[in-house]
Amino acid sequence: MSGILIIAEQRRGELRPISLELVSAAQGLRRAGEEVGIAIVNLAPENFVKALSVAGVDEIVTVKVASAEFDPDTFESAVGELITQRKPEVVLVAHSVDSFGYAAALAARHGFGFATDVFQIARDAGDLVATRAGYGQKVNVEVDFPGKSVVLLAIRGNVFKAPDQPGSPRVTSFEAPPAQSRATGREFIELSAGDDVDMTAAEFILTVGRGIGEEAKVAQFRELADALGATLGCSRPIADAGWLPKSRQVGQSGKTASACKLYIAMGVSGAIQHLAGMKHVSTIVAVNSDAEASIFGVAKYGIVGDVFEIADELRRLF
Amino acid sequence: MKILVAVKQVAALDEDFAIRDDGRDIDPDFLIRDLNEWDDFSLEEAVKIKEASAQPVEVVALSVGSDEVDESLRKCLAKGADRALRVWDTAIEDSDSIAIARVLAAVAKREAPDMLFAGVQSSDQSFASTGIATAAFLGWPHAAVVSNLEYAPGAKLALLRRELEGGLLHEVEIQCPAVLTIQLGINTPRYASLRSIKQAAAKPIEVLSLADVGLSAADVGVAGSLSRVRRMYVPDKGRAQLIEGDAAHQAARLAEIIREFKGAAA
Repeated sequence: MSGILIIAEQRRGELRPISLELVSAAQGLRRAGEEVGIAIVNLAPENFVKALSVAGVDEIVTVKVASAEFDPDTFESAVGELITQRKPEVVLVAHSVDSFGYAAALAARHGFGFATDVFQIARDAGDLVATRAGYGQKVNVEVDFPGKSVVLLAIRGNVFKAPDQPGSPRVTSFEAPPAQSRATGREFIELSAGDDVDMTAAEFILTVGRGIGEEAKVAQFRELADALGATLGCSRPIADAGWLPKSRQVGQSGKTASACKLYIAMGVSGAIQHLAGMKHVSTIVAVNSDAEASIFGVAKYGIVGDVFEIADELRRLF
Repeated sequence: MKILVAVKQVAALDEDFAIRDDGRDIDPDFLIRDLNEWDDFSLEEAVKIKEASAQPVEVVALSVGSDEVDESLRKCLAKGADRALRVWDTAIEDSDSIAIARVLAAVAKREAPDMLFAGVQSSDQSFASTGIATAAFLGWPHAAVVSNLEYAPGAKLALLRRELEGGLLHEVEIQCPAVLTIQLGINTPRYASLRSIKQAAAKPIEVLSLADVGLSAADVGVAGSLSRVRRMYVPDKGRAQLIEGDAAHQAARLAEIIREFKGAAA
């Protein structure tokens, strides 16, 4: 049992950036003489060889399957067979919607050591130790995998920085056994049709969260955002309740505030899925009545106070 | 027809809390318990399907835990579940999500539902793996992060949408019975009426032992898990620079930050 195997992710023909973050995550675990391999499971896996040729990768394994997009049965079967034959010590996948769909099943079926949403990996006297968060991100939890010869870890995104240097790994192919798929993928649907706002282009965003309490309060913050010249955004519960369109949702399943430079979060507690869409912004100001809210962990400036009072006072100044 | 809904009673930390003496978990005295937010949506989805169905459908809520979990199961009964099941044995303590999934699968084999729902993840430990591991133990088709579902009880196929990252959905047709993990926002969970809360209080909760579901102590706990907690600790967090003073003062400083940004952007 040796070596590190990464399972890359693609969607609609594009490599997902988190695939390369996994390459960096692997480097800290690599022991002398140990190799890092990255497998791409796809109908046309050879299309991804160029994008996967980065520093830190020794081998790219192309795994040809019948499905062009993620399919749980196909992935479980192909990745399971690959691990069984190669016996890596550690397998890294992304903590993503696709891996939610097969990694736990794979680990359960084969009895691999298993942990998800891992943001730190280390070795302690030969034992692999993974760190994840618990109790709504309030504590860190170190887990280990006694007696497991293969450990499968799902790694949190935006923690490890993808390598920026190219590499020249060797390319091999793996013959995956044909899988019996019990689901049929159909079309992809873009969620954000119908609203003209582009959260990914906004430089100044004012976001409201559950802390605003009721739908009637949305108007006050819309008016404030207009007065400030900010784009109004929201966290998931606000969009789920239909108070603002889904296209204004910032976070993992919504939009990433890619171009944002100033982000004011009002009444947003800071669930990890929300942080994924905005924690990179250089100036984050959090306004929340709960001094313990997670949002204060990523904000540059914090205001502990009543969001409505702050909003009223701020409105007077513009 | 039957839909089994696996639910979890989650725990949030009280304002003050202490780590247990063995350093591996929180002292339970400092935990505030509630039904997992995701499970409110999966239960609602099952109840909605039942209400829309021409044929009789039974919605069964299932949880693993000690008698304190009954509170959450009663909530499920009040919101439309017909029956509630709970599995417990002290050997289940220290189980990870995979060992819990083994228990859920054992109950599902006994109950033989037409569909099994679970939440995408729990709000406390956020493994996002229990439902899909349950499917593996059952050998059933499965789909994760379902944000839209068209399913008639007893149908051989269901049409669903998986909610992917970045505002994208993927439409999938899946064979049934299946395990689906349900995402927030798939529906609007109802509030329980006072009357239904009263009725739920009188309904029995069926309690099963490991032996009842055909498992032994070796299938659960650390022995039946794929990971083991070594240590739990409070991390040193990056901390925002707090703007102090009254609301007028705080807002004035915020206005300055906004004007600095606008000056730099201009």
